[in-house]
Amino acid sequence: MDFGTVLQIMDSALRLMTPLLLACLAGLWSERAGVFDIGLEGKMLMAAFTAASVAAVTGNAWLGLAAGIAGSLAMSVVHGVASITFRGNQLISGVAINFLASGLTVLLGQRIFQLGGRTPSLTGEARFHAIHLPFAQELRGVPVVGPVYAELVSGHTILVYVAVLCVPLTWWVLYRTRFGLRLRAVGENPASVDTAGVSVQRLRYAAVMICGVLCGLAGTYLATALSAGFVREMTAGRGYIALAALIFAKWRPWHALLATFLFGLMEAVANRFPSIEIGPLTVPSMFVNALPYILTVIILAGFVGRATPPRAGGEPYVKER
Amino acid sequence: MEPLPRWADMVLTPLISVLLAFAISALVILAIGENPWEALKVMVAGALGSSYGWGFTLYYATNFVFTGLAVSVAYHAGLFNIGGEGQAVLGGLGVALACLFIPWPHWSLALIGAGAAGALFGAAWALIPAILQARRGSHIVITTIMFNFIAAALLNHMLVNVLRPTGSMDPATRAFPPATHLPTLSQMAAGLGLDWGRHTPANVSLFVAVLACVLVWLLIWRTRLGYEIRAFGKSEPAALYAGISPTRITVLAMLISGGLAGLMAVNNVMGEAERLVLNAVEGAGFIGIAVALMGRNHPLGVALAALLFGFLYQGGGTLALFTQIPRELITVIQALVILFTGALDNMVRMPLARLFALHRKRGA
Repeated sequence: MDFGTVLQIMDSALRLMTPLLLACLAGLWSERAGVFDIGLEGKMLMAAFTAASVAAVTGNAWLGLAAGIAGSLAMSVVHGVASITFRGNQLISGVAINFLASGLTVLLGQRIFQLGGRTPSLTGEARFHAIHLPFAQELRGVPVVGPVYAELVSGHTILVYVAVLCVPLTWWVLYRTRFGLRLRAVGENPASVDTAGVSVQRLRYAAVMICGVLCGLAGTYLATALSAGFVREMTAGRGYIALAALIFAKWRPWHALLATFLFGLMEAVANRFPSIEIGPLTVPSMFVNALPYILTVIILAGFVGRATPPRAGGEPYVKER
Repeated sequence: MEPLPRWADMVLTPLISVLLAFAISALVILAIGENPWEALKVMVAGALGSSYGWGFTLYYATNFVFTGLAVSVAYHAGLFNIGGEGQAVLGGLGVALACLFIPWPHWSLALIGAGAAGALFGAAWALIPAILQARRGSHIVITTIMFNFIAAALLNHMLVNVLRPTGSMDPATRAFPPATHLPTLSQMAAGLGLDWGRHTPANVSLFVAVLACVLVWLLIWRTRLGYEIRAFGKSEPAALYAGISPTRITVLAMLISGGLAGLMAVNNVMGEAERLVLNAVEGAGFIGIAVALMGRNHPLGVALAALLFGFLYQGGGTLALFTQIPRELITVIQALVILFTGALDNMVRMPLARLFALHRKRGA
């Protein structure tokens, strides 16, 4: 494998990492505040649908982005009401959101576009296009650094850069601001936050809404940048893989970047080499496709170090227990 | 706040929750420009208006009884098994292998043998997530979801590369031998001289499902293991203190759960298709979640909820045939039922409890 191929695979890994990274950070916000979120998948799917629909109708990718975030936020409100206000089971609420998104997207899509649940293909301004960073072409001649800059760093859509920037931003807010400290405390010991006179419910709602915005970005990226339109079930389990990456990353932002890049890389390799030959053995393509899921199980089994979730995760907070 | 009376907790709350879910579903139908009342009439006519409709409704309900029981057994142990779909896929593989490669002399023996194979395969598929949960603390919800994806890939591989007859383009096994064909309910009715439900897939598996309900009830409320499962589900520290092994209960509950999901294959693979096809499960594993939540994890409740979802499934098919409403309406209703009976439970329970407290005060 030459340097060019490696660069191409890395480049593709970066694109495939983006929705995973955004969803993983979304889950990180929610779970750090003590609200489990199995519904990342559904939020992304809903966002992908609303983004693609609005982008198709208006021909404007930015309006699509706004709609994507709004679609995902609507699902977040459902999750918040069920799991924070009514102290329901957070896992069940997440599962319900996934089915709701899966059904509603096709139902509404068929009603609006009559294309069997798809949206029309997006072209031109309705999609996010690659941005070429300055001097990318000029520097191409420089050995090693030049091609890396031109192929890998430059030439992505704005959402890829936004996703990567969300990592330091998340880190800074969570670990260097008062809001972040309180938010993490709510996930570990909500009673202490309550004693300090800060509303547990409000903090958790804030976290769930931030989670919704990030899932909105992820879904919009899927439908308007990675693909050119919405197809039913287009998230294809990415929400669950993001959750696994979150556990792998032990709920830390920088580790989330590494974990999701690993999954992106695996998907890129699987796309590039549909069947892998090891000596006389040919690994069937079904196995290669199932690899991310198998790896997820292995990671969850803790063979790469034990992960401790936020202590109050999944438990509704009852004042005066 | 005083707890609700038992009957209100078991019957009234789920009933109100389901009505709320249906009310929102009606709004969704309105929103896509159709008439919910007309839609309901089409569904009732399609699913319950003829013995033909009933034949399909009962067939679907049979599937959902198995997957619903699977979810509820795990739920009693405090485990949320979302892997019913994958376990049912593997159950189909087990049933197919038993039907194809063992020369059964009679369908009744084949039903027992293939059913055992299906349950075994389903249980095996639940075993790894169970062990990982018990031993390594990896979250069973995510591992069972992953096993659903892996099961789909495995079935795809088996059907395309291994079990597909040479010369066939269709990713499916060859038809099962005639000795393994299960009698349908219409054949049984004809035996009694009745003309009922011709050309419908409802078959003798329905009685297996009823039997499974009874056995699960006996297991959960009348055996030592069932007591241990419930104790563990209510409070893990208390169960541990009572000398109940968490690993043993987690593994056993998941094996039974997976076995029940796998047993579903006697209905859809052996009873209906009479060969193994891709997507034989058709989401029944996921509907099991809604069925278990709505049925309050009680076998009788599960049976009633399964019947309701059987009606929705067949009615939804009729809707897609005769109106502009796609089948996915059922997914939306399923999601709303899960949301209202599972997650928004307190939304109904809190005002109800207040109402009952008020009533009690007035009575006193």
